[in-house]
Formats: sequence, C-alpha cells, structure tokens
Amino acid sequence: MNQTLDSDSTSITRRVMDALRLDPVLLSLLIILALFGSMVLYSASGSDQAVVIRQMTRIVVALLLLVAAANIPLRMIRKISIWLYLAGLAMLIAVMFYGEVGKGAQRWLNLGFIRFQPSEILKLAVPMIVATYLSNRVLPVGLKELVVSSVLVAIPVILIARQPDLGTAILVGSAGFFVLFLAGVRWRVMISLGVLLSLMAPLLWKFALHDYQRNRIATLLDPESDPLGSGYHIIQSKIAIGSGGVYGKGWLNGTQSQLDFIPERSTDFIFSVFGEEFGFFGSIVLILIYVAIIFRGLYIAAHSTENFGRLLAGAFSLTFFVYLFVNTGMVAGMLPVVGVPLPLISYGGTSMVTLMMGFGLIMSIRSAKRFLV
Amino acid sequence: MPKREQLQDDYLESRLIRRRLVLSAIFIVILLSLVLGRLYVLQIVEHEHFSTLSDSNRVRIKALPPTRGLIFDRHGVVMADNLPAYRLEIVREQVEDLDNTLLQLRQYVEYSDQELKRFKQSLKRRRPFESIPLRLNLNDEEVARLAVNLHRFEGVEINARLTRNYPQGAHAVHALGYVGRIDERDLGEVDGVEYAGSTHIGKLGLEKFYEHELHGTVGVQHVEVNANGRTLRVLDESPPMQGNNLHLTIDSSLQKVAEEAFGNNSGAVVAIDPNNGEILALVSMPIFNPNLFVNGISFNKYNELRDSHQRPLFNRALSGQYPPGSTSKPFYGLAGLELATATKDQETYCIGFYKLPNEERKYRDWKKQGHGHMNLTDAITQSCDVYFYDLAYRLGIDRMSSFLGQFGFGVKTGVDSTGERNGLLPSREWKRRHEGMPWFPGETLITGIGQGALLVTPLQLANSTAAFAVRGTRYQPHLVKSVEKVPEYNRIEIASRVAGRYEIQKQQNWEHVHKAMVNVVHGLRGTAHGISQGLEYKVAGKTGTAQVFEVAQDEEYDEETVLEKLRDHALFVSYAPADDPQIAIAVIVENGGHGSSVAAPIARRIMDAYLLERS
Repeated sequence: MNQTLDSDSTSITRRVMDALRLDPVLLSLLIILALFGSMVLYSASGSDQAVVIRQMTRIVVALLLLVAAANIPLRMIRKISIWLYLAGLAMLIAVMFYGEVGKGAQRWLNLGFIRFQPSEILKLAVPMIVATYLSNRVLPVGLKELVVSSVLVAIPVILIARQPDLGTAILVGSAGFFVLFLAGVRWRVMISLGVLLSLMAPLLWKFALHDYQRNRIATLLDPESDPLGSGYHIIQSKIAIGSGGVYGKGWLNGTQSQLDFIPERSTDFIFSVFGEEFGFFGSIVLILIYVAIIFRGLYIAAHSTENFGRLLAGAFSLTFFVYLFVNTGMVAGMLPVVGVPLPLISYGGTSMVTLMMGFGLIMSIRSAKRFLV
Repeated sequence: MPKREQLQDDYLESRLIRRRLVLSAIFIVILLSLVLGRLYVLQIVEHEHFSTLSDSNRVRIKALPPTRGLIFDRHGVVMADNLPAYRLEIVREQVEDLDNTLLQLRQYVEYSDQELKRFKQSLKRRRPFESIPLRLNLNDEEVARLAVNLHRFEGVEINARLTRNYPQGAHAVHALGYVGRIDERDLGEVDGVEYAGSTHIGKLGLEKFYEHELHGTVGVQHVEVNANGRTLRVLDESPPMQGNNLHLTIDSSLQKVAEEAFGNNSGAVVAIDPNNGEILALVSMPIFNPNLFVNGISFNKYNELRDSHQRPLFNRALSGQYPPGSTSKPFYGLAGLELATATKDQETYCIGFYKLPNEERKYRDWKKQGHGHMNLTDAITQSCDVYFYDLAYRLGIDRMSSFLGQFGFGVKTGVDSTGERNGLLPSREWKRRHEGMPWFPGETLITGIGQGALLVTPLQLANSTAAFAVRGTRYQPHLVKSVEKVPEYNRIEIASRVAGRYEIQKQQNWEHVHKAMVNVVHGLRGTAHGISQGLEYKVAGKTGTAQVFEVAQDEEYDEETVLEKLRDHALFVSYAPADDPQIAIAVIVENGGHGSSVAAPIARRIMDAYLLERS
C-alpha cells in the first residue's frame, strides 16, 4: 500500500522522510502535541517565557534523538538491548549508593556533565530486552519464558520502587508486562498471576517497604485524609477542571491556575490547567490526539514483519497510553496521586527524551519492514 | 497429546499478536471513555458546583504546627522548653506590592538580607494564604512600633508563636545541640507535609538525633475566609499533637560543676555510669548560647564564634580527636599480662630513653634521668615510658591494636547524638591503605605510649575507661534515659545496650592493673597523688599528656617557652569508687600541660559532686 503511494507522490517532504526513515503521520502528530503542550505550559508557568524556551529546547533535542533512534537498524536494537539493560541496572544500583536525594527520594545520578534518572533508561531497556528474548522463542510464551521475562522485569521495578519512585516503577513494570501480554501469555496464567500478586501484596507491604513509604502509599490511596499534601492537590485540581465547563475559561484565563491554587501545575498537574482553560471540548480534542498517536503505534506494530518489531512497537504504544491514563485519572481524582507526567506536555526533560526515543524506535520498526519485504 | 510444534510459525504468531493488539485497542477505548466520562461529570454535570467553589474558593486549609517536645535532665530540670515570641509575618496574597511593602517595613523594624532571602525561599514553597515569617523574636519596642503602623500594611501581621528556648543558655549546649530555621537541605530529609506549619527543626546534637520524637504531629484547620483572605470562622479542626518529651541521663548540676571546673580552659569531659552506659555529663569547653541560633544568628556574631581561636562551636566531646597519651597505658598493661607477654614482677631498667636493636634513634622517657628499675605497677604509677616502649616492642602492633579494639578504640560508640567521630586505631592494614607504606617498628613504640597515629574522642576514652572499670563490659553510651510519649505521658525507658565484651582470661591480671591505677592516685609516687588529699573514697586513675607537636631528636621540650597553643594537652581518666565503680570520667584540657596538675583536679570535683553530694 505504501509502495504505491511512494511511486505516485514523490514530493520532497516524502523523500526526506524516507531518507531519514521517519513516519510522517506519527511525527506530525507528535510535533502538534508538543507545540500544543508548550502553549499550555506558557499559561501554567504564569506566562514565563524562559520556561517555554527551555521546554522548546528540550523538544528540539528530543526530536533529534528521535531521528537518531529511527536510524538504528532493527538488528542493532536487538543487539544493544542486553547492554542497555545491564547498564541501566548498574546505574540503578549506583544510585542506591551514590545517588542524589531530592524530595525524600534517591533517584538522580550525577555523572559530572549530566544529571539524570537511570530509571528512565529502563523504560526503554526493559521492553527491549523482553522483546528480544521472546522474539527468539516460539509463541505463545511457555512457562519458562514467562518466568525468565518476569525476573527481567521485576528486578528493575523493585529497585525503582524502593527509591521510592512509584510512578516510574509502574511505567517500567507495565512496559515489560505489555510485551508479555502481546506475546500471548495465556489468560488463565495471567489471572492466576494476578491472584498470586494480590495475595502477596500484604507481605510486600509488610516487609519490602519502609515505614514512611507505607505512610506515603496509604495517603495515595486515600487522598482526602491528607488535606495538607496530595489531598489538597486533588481538591484544587477538581475545582479547576470542573469550573472549566464546556469550552473553558480561555487560554491564560484560568483563575485557579493563574492564582496558584494548583500545586505542581506545570509538571504533573498540568492537565488541570488545561481542563480549566480549554474545557470539556478541549479535553476531547487533546485525548483524540493522544489516541491517534497510540493507534498509529499499534498500527505499525500490527504491520511489522517480525515478532520483535510487533512486540516492541506495541509495548511502547501501550506504555504511552499508561502515562496518559494514569496522569489524567489522577488529576481528575479517579486514581491515587503517583508521579506520572502528562506525556510530552508536562514540564521536564527526562520523560520527554525517553518518550521521543521510544517513538524513534517505533519508526525504525516501521522502516525495517519496507526494506525487508 | 502431540508434542508442541517447536518451529516458529510466523503466520500463527502474527495472528496471535494482532489479536492481542486489537484487544488492547479496545481496552484503551474503554478506559479513555471512563476518563472522558469523569471529565463530563466534572465539567458539565457538576460544573455549577465547581464554578461557585472556584469563584469564592473560600475554604482554606491551614497547617497548625505542633509544639516541640521538652527536654529534662535526669532529675527533671528543664533543659529546653518553648516560649511565646513575637514574629513579623506576611500573607502574600493580601499584599499588593510585596517589594514596596518590604521596603517600607524597613523603616520600622530591621531585618537582614539573610532573613529576606529565607523569607523569599519560604514564599516559594508555602501557599499564598499562609503567613510567612520575615523576622522572628521581635522585642517589645519593635512590636510597639509596628503595632501602631500596622493598619498601613495590608497582609502584615504580628503573631505570637511558641519558639524553642534554652532556659539555661550556654549550659550543656554540646550535649543538647540546638534547633534552627528549616532550610532547603532539611526539607530534603523530612516529610514536607509534617513540616507544613513548622519553622524550626533540630540542627545538631540531641535536637537533631531525636527530631522524630520531638517534633510532634501537624494539625489541620479548615477555615472560611472573606474576599480579602481574612479568616471568618473555623469550620473544622484537628489539633496538632505535641512532640514527645525527652528525659536525659545527664545530671544538670554535675554538668555545671564540670563546666565551672574548667575555668577559661578549652577541652572536654565525659562522665559515664559504667554499669549501664548512661552519660552523666558531657562537656565541651568553651560553651556558647544556643538561643542565638534559634532565631537566626547574625553574620557578625556567627563569624565571631566561628573564628574564635578557642572554637566554641566545635563539640570536642564527640568530634575532637586526641592522642590518649599515657591514659592508654593501663590497657597495654592489661594486654601484656593477658597475652602472657609480661608478668607482674618482670622488670625493665629505665635509663631515660629506649633504643630499638640496631637503631640509633632514641625514644625518650618524659623523665630525662630515667626511672631506674620498673615493674608493671611502678610503670603505671609513675607513668614510665621506657617500660611501655619495651612492652610495645614485645607485644607488636597487631596484638596491641586488636586488644585496644576490644575496648572500643577506633570505632564510634554509637551515642545518640550527631557529629561523633571514629578516632583512629592504627594497624598495619590501616597504614598500607591510607599511606601506602609499611608499618615501621618505631611506630609501634610511639603507639605504645598513646602517641603517634592513635587518636580517641573524649567520649570514646571515657567509655573505654568505663568498660575497664567493670572488667570488660562495654555499654553503648547514651544521653536519653526515657522518652515520654505524648499524650499518654508514659515514659518509655531506653534500654542499656552492651556494645562489646572483653572476657578477662585471669581476674588477677585485671586486679593487678586496677591496683596500679589506684596507686596512681593514692600511692606516694603516683602521678595524680595531688588529688588524693581529703578523698573520702578510693579512686583509680591514670594521667596522660598528649603531644601537640613533636620535639626534634636533639631538642628538649620546655613548657615555659612553648606557645600556649602548642603546649601539650593534659588528660586524666578515672573511675570511682574503685571497689564498686559508679562513675567513669575522661578529662582532656587542651594545652593544659600535665594531666596531673590540670586535668585530675577537674575529675576530682566531678566525682566529689557525684559521689558525696548525692548521698
């Protein structure tokens, strides 16, 4: 289908896209979303141009990395996945000992020239290694494959959860889980695992967590009991979104947002600003853009010619959905408050870079098909 | 059952994955519909409700800071309490032009740039309707001046708040530590919610170590405010819970005796009950007034304290590391007997110096003309160096450091305070690691009289002496006797913990060294004979002198000509009553010269106060 399109239209853009191994549909959706996001950020930051300029710089850097990732051949991605995974684990362990503490959690590794969270690397590396491993096996996955993959996922997830960074642990865990899910873990296995996990939860609760972590999680589950902390966020966030109405109060006009009632309003809670200023209508549009991106990713996954590509592209797209769902759910008061940003819109560099690189890999998967067939 | 086909079948597999992809897509649609449904409820169905809330946004949540727990000495004397103090506070959202207001306020009350910086920092992390302190501890005159003009400043308030106070000022400051204003670094270490209303946090010492006990639990108040942000009424309140009280092992009056005994000297004293590790007095001299730090010390005052050559801010008792000098000799003496390297009657002839075989270098005794024939008792009583050079040579560094290690040298005692240091117990291994050099025999000799690389903190020395006093059982020293839990006011005793135990091989060995130490004080030729006059109980002790700088081979140390700050440190360790030890003490007087003349009398005054006045 694409071949015929290619031969017909030989526009310059199309040729550039092909040369760079990019997917024009996905790329334009991502750019629209990022630019839209910068606009919201301008309002959320209290019209701070410096913040927007910094965010734009990050977008440009992240897009360059996307192009780079799109040009890594599929074979290479499979080869480096083990090394990326091991390096990520090593850095996670290093963070336990040498990491910098911020807001009570130890997440940052300072390498002198750059300061970053190693857990971000695992967001890419975990689905990569599981997909690499399973793509060499017969599907649907058997018991041995299931055990090996679960261990591969569990090690980094536990390390990250102990930092403690629950949000990232959920994202890394679900990325790994999605690969397994797509690779066809049987339903009865999934159900029994789910039962087992919920049986083990009290044990984990008792032995694997520190006191203060338990407290933190307890307040997450019942925000209204903690009106000075996250409960306050939720109450104010709901007022902001609800007062937005159908069409919103208009860009830069959200009183809740502009008067500083919403904490973390340029990072995790940016969707409340959006909801207040753009209303229900705006929210639908925004979510549709996200859905388009996710479905494009799933489409590429479905049309990939080998299992590795199918599993990886599918898992990345589904993880992207988890970001969206957890963040909007938390801001709308449906889910507990965990630190998950609104993807590609929240202020901050690390998640932007990892997400864009993930999409770069999806594009690489898409191109691989065309050269193979 | 047929065996499963082991070849990969791409068609089947791709169909499997596609099926799962489609399934995921359906899930996604369902879950996002839920989110949209929720938004529909919030934004369309309940829009009116939230719109009203947003317009008025009248209900505010305020944090109520808890009152900090009190600190008492072992007899109930108040060491730290809380007093109401006036503060100048500003509510940001009520102030139209903040910069201008800050400028104008300067006409009525002074505040430093430091205070302004702190204010701006808090401004960032507190909500706009919270009152943020600009100046603490206003005096009456300032309050009066401000009160008259307050009507001109919207959003500026004078509030009385409970603030930490140390009623006895400088007394026991190094045992207690102090609180100060919360800064960014503190916030990284604590739960931000618990400190939402607090302005102070333990910065040092007990106050920091027991922060989790002392702080208490934050309270919450839901208040209705008018359009200007003024509180109209309280809708709902859960009051804060006061922090737990601490009852110390410290005896305030004993501590005071120790502080006074020092006069103008610098140094440290630690007194411990050897039967349970309770610290009875922990003194580092000079002392300073911690109340200065509570409300933000001025730069000038701070620099003055920091740059004073006596270094009052330095907690010598926990962080000062000194060579133990001759106070280490009883431990080596016991090592010699226990490891059968020496016998109690074996004699060494002291000619005033010692030479290693095949070496020219002279290791000098403090007594130039020598002590003559010395057995172990004489050598401890008169503190003969040559005897211990020889003993050290025979013991060897490995056995010396492992023996001292069993009495707690070189490791933290684990006291419940901040800033404790390790001291240093040198060994071959240590030297190779830190200096990349082999161990030289000469160093063994110097270590044998408590000089060279060997270092102890006064607390460590007191605790090792205490362990010696009770024949080898070493407790983990502690400052807190019990925690009084609020609101039940029941006291939870802190149990004494044994940190280590040296099993004595032969009790006669211990008794022999013990008697020699009694001789140090009560014997005619004992180096601490000076304090024995009028003693109503028996004391076992050992004097020591720690060199601050090394005397060259051909020079002599002359006390008179040496600058004061290069003069030797005077040390004295002791325990009493000798037959049933109730108190063990280590005294270090910096640049005090000899242990006998300066340090021992301080210990005597403490023992008198503890043993005589108590009964």
